Amino acid sequence: MTLLDITNLSLSIGAFPILRDVSLSVQTGEILAITGESGSGKSLTALAILRLLPRCTQVTGHLHFEDQDLLAMSEAQMCDLRGGQIGMVFQEPMTALNPVQTIGAQVMETLQQHSTLSRAEAREEARRLLTRVGLPPDRFPLSRYPHELSGGQRQRVVIAMAIAMRPKLLIADEPTTALDVTTQAQILDLLRDLVHDYGMGMIIITHDLAVVADLADRIVVMRKGEVVETGSTPQLLAARRHPYTERLFAASKHRPTLPARPPANPAQPPLLELRNVVKDHPLPRRHLLARAEHLRAVDHVSFTLHPGERLGLVGESGCGKSTLTRAILGLEPCQGGEILLHGTPIDPTGLTAQQRRKMQVVFQDPFGSFNPRHQVARLITEPFHSVTDAPVGQERSDLVAETLRAVGLTPEDAHRYIHQFSGGQRQRIAIARALITRPDLILFDEAVSALDVSVRAQILDLLAELCTAYGLSYLFISHDLHVVRSMTDRCLVMQSGRIVEQGLTEDLFADPQHPYTQRLIAAAPVLPDLQTGAA
Amino acid sequence: MEPKQFWILPLCGLRRLWTGSQRPPNLPVMGRYFAKRLLSLFVSLLVASWVIFFVVEIAPGDPASFMLGINAQPDTIAALRSELGLDQSKLARYISWVGGMLTGDFGTSYTYRTPVAQMVADRLWVSLPLALFALILSTLIALPAGIFAASHPGKSGDIAVMSATQLGIAVPNFWFAMMLVLIFAINLRWFSAGGFAGWDAGAWAALRSLTLPAIALALPQAAILARVMRSALLDILGEDFIRTARAKGLSQRQVLWRHGLRNALIPVLTIIGLQFSFLLAGAIIIEQVFYLPGLGRLVFQAISARDLIVVESVVMLLVFAVILVNFLVDLTYALVDPRLRGTR
Repeated sequence: MTLLDITNLSLSIGAFPILRDVSLSVQTGEILAITGESGSGKSLTALAILRLLPRCTQVTGHLHFEDQDLLAMSEAQMCDLRGGQIGMVFQEPMTALNPVQTIGAQVMETLQQHSTLSRAEAREEARRLLTRVGLPPDRFPLSRYPHELSGGQRQRVVIAMAIAMRPKLLIADEPTTALDVTTQAQILDLLRDLVHDYGMGMIIITHDLAVVADLADRIVVMRKGEVVETGSTPQLLAARRHPYTERLFAASKHRPTLPARPPANPAQPPLLELRNVVKDHPLPRRHLLARAEHLRAVDHVSFTLHPGERLGLVGESGCGKSTLTRAILGLEPCQGGEILLHGTPIDPTGLTAQQRRKMQVVFQDPFGSFNPRHQVARLITEPFHSVTDAPVGQERSDLVAETLRAVGLTPEDAHRYIHQFSGGQRQRIAIARALITRPDLILFDEAVSALDVSVRAQILDLLAELCTAYGLSYLFISHDLHVVRSMTDRCLVMQSGRIVEQGLTEDLFADPQHPYTQRLIAAAPVLPDLQTGAA
Repeated sequence: MEPKQFWILPLCGLRRLWTGSQRPPNLPVMGRYFAKRLLSLFVSLLVASWVIFFVVEIAPGDPASFMLGINAQPDTIAALRSELGLDQSKLARYISWVGGMLTGDFGTSYTYRTPVAQMVADRLWVSLPLALFALILSTLIALPAGIFAASHPGKSGDIAVMSATQLGIAVPNFWFAMMLVLIFAINLRWFSAGGFAGWDAGAWAALRSLTLPAIALALPQAAILARVMRSALLDILGEDFIRTARAKGLSQRQVLWRHGLRNALIPVLTIIGLQFSFLLAGAIIIEQVFYLPGLGRLVFQAISARDLIVVESVVMLLVFAVILVNFLVDLTYALVDPRLRGTR
């Protein structure tokens, strides 16, 4: 039975068309995945179903839920429908819950909004719902506040709110994008079980094709506000009719060709060496006179990185990856151990100008790491501030032009501002900034995590080219196992501040030894092998 | 619960009234928050007392010479200095000043030869009710106006409220005061044009004489507060959890009252705290317009007469009021925002 039927849905904000003639349907008990890159209109399609669109939005077309015309319904009728018959789970669990209300109050609110349950009955039902989503009341009482829960636990609360009234349709908008692989696997299992148990229809919106392949019965591919292809999952995995779908799937599976790993030279000291590095974060004192306590974020970490080597570092959120990055960059002093660059220890109070020149970093957020009021030429020459012999005049302009060309931009881009670039171009500028001092080592801290699959594939290709051109050595930190596998020669696995396993990347992924590595690799969704070429 | 932690129970009770929370409070964390704020209150008071005493001391001019006039003989001045205690060391005078204030003895005014405590107490009975009256009025006007504007962003109601608040901020409060006197005292004769009837004449008479000054004080403050309320609420209404609440089936109005308001109160409370401090001490022009014997006029007269002991005492009292209000605002934050109460 058709639960939701969308025909020729068009949407515009002011004079700008956002969606064009979108048509799709969801059957009872079916999981439909809507996929596509950022800005393809996936989320706005979902918000249009619930009529939660921004102001000044004009909608035309047909939107039918069972036999009800959603576009003709009054706001009061829509309020009954939202949360009652259609539930929704949003992307960002950290901000999707009201920070000043308890989780119990927020789950009870859905129940009391749509039923005549008494407060006591609603509380009992909320306990039952939270238990169903894996938050039993003995460990997670209703009186907890969102800030007392992890991201995965918060997403479970959001799911409990969305399924409280056993809706006929559940819409999940990127429900696992902000979560770790193991938490992602748990949440996806939960959603799959709920659809099965409650007989709901579900729309899952995600850009992760591996998740789509793993979960969905049918797939809708969107691009620039239009549906370019629809088909059942096995059908689409076997053959893709539209070239865009083909490109999207190919980009997801893309593996850049890295140059061969240079042979190790035993006479040469390692480029970077960590010996028993310890980094503690202070915890608040239990009372005024109590002894200060610490959380050990990095626990006796030792490894070496040789010139020309590409080293990966994987692990879940909070395992100490970013703390370790900051320690290597000399941004925070360590409580123990030693960090050596070219055999010279890094001063605990910070890097010397010469060391800083040899080591650069690229962060995750390509927009947040730039000053929006500076032109690109000034942004990418920022590392020269700490260098005494920085080039000036024509030499500096030539270097800027050469570096921009190296990352696939043009010298004219030097006089533009960061808001004039797309996400992928911004990350190219970030790489140019890291490259301009011709460093020996670059740290990539989740550098491609915020990018769309096709842009990510381009950036990975760029890094591979730079490896060939400049003999780049890098430490590649990511929670995305697929990317780490394709970009590194050797890999470290970090859990709770410790390196639990390390080895050659291919060996480690093919035959993980530590139970944690095995769990991590098993939890990561994998896009099955595709038949090549569009049908 | 350890016996020493019982003192925090009233705070927990308040929290429960506010939040409806059934959960046992996180005593160590709440206690630490309370203790930190209390410690900060004492340190601020101590530093403020040093600053006030020594800044007033190093200001040029000798009170004894000033009181006796330019033709006074040096030995007469010396005798008066000795009588006023001005010949003692600065440290001794600081200790005796602070010690006196802790026991309620603020010293004796050089000019009026009356106890400062008595003078301050008389004026406080005018200034404190005036500040509270103005603050209540300002909050009663501002919060509904801000909420109304935020719930109709960009519409005519919002534009009207924003224009009115712009006017309220731009026009000086003494002009409001004069207009109020013209309309309500001279033309309509509902209120007196100035003076204070005193609390002996009855609460109603006293409040009547404070009404026009309170309105004149409240209007510009209400304009600021309404704008803060509006922008805080609009920020909150753009948050993800508001969208989650809408997806649960709550109407726009329900979302605003249940989820928007309490989150938006945090910046609003900060401004209310600052405004109370300003209203208590900053009413000097309004006190002049309405001939009110308040603290502002007292400080003004004391500065003109170089009555150091009065200036020091009143300024210290005002500093104490400001720090105390900020302390109370900090505690209210903890009631409103559970994140400040820590995790379990």
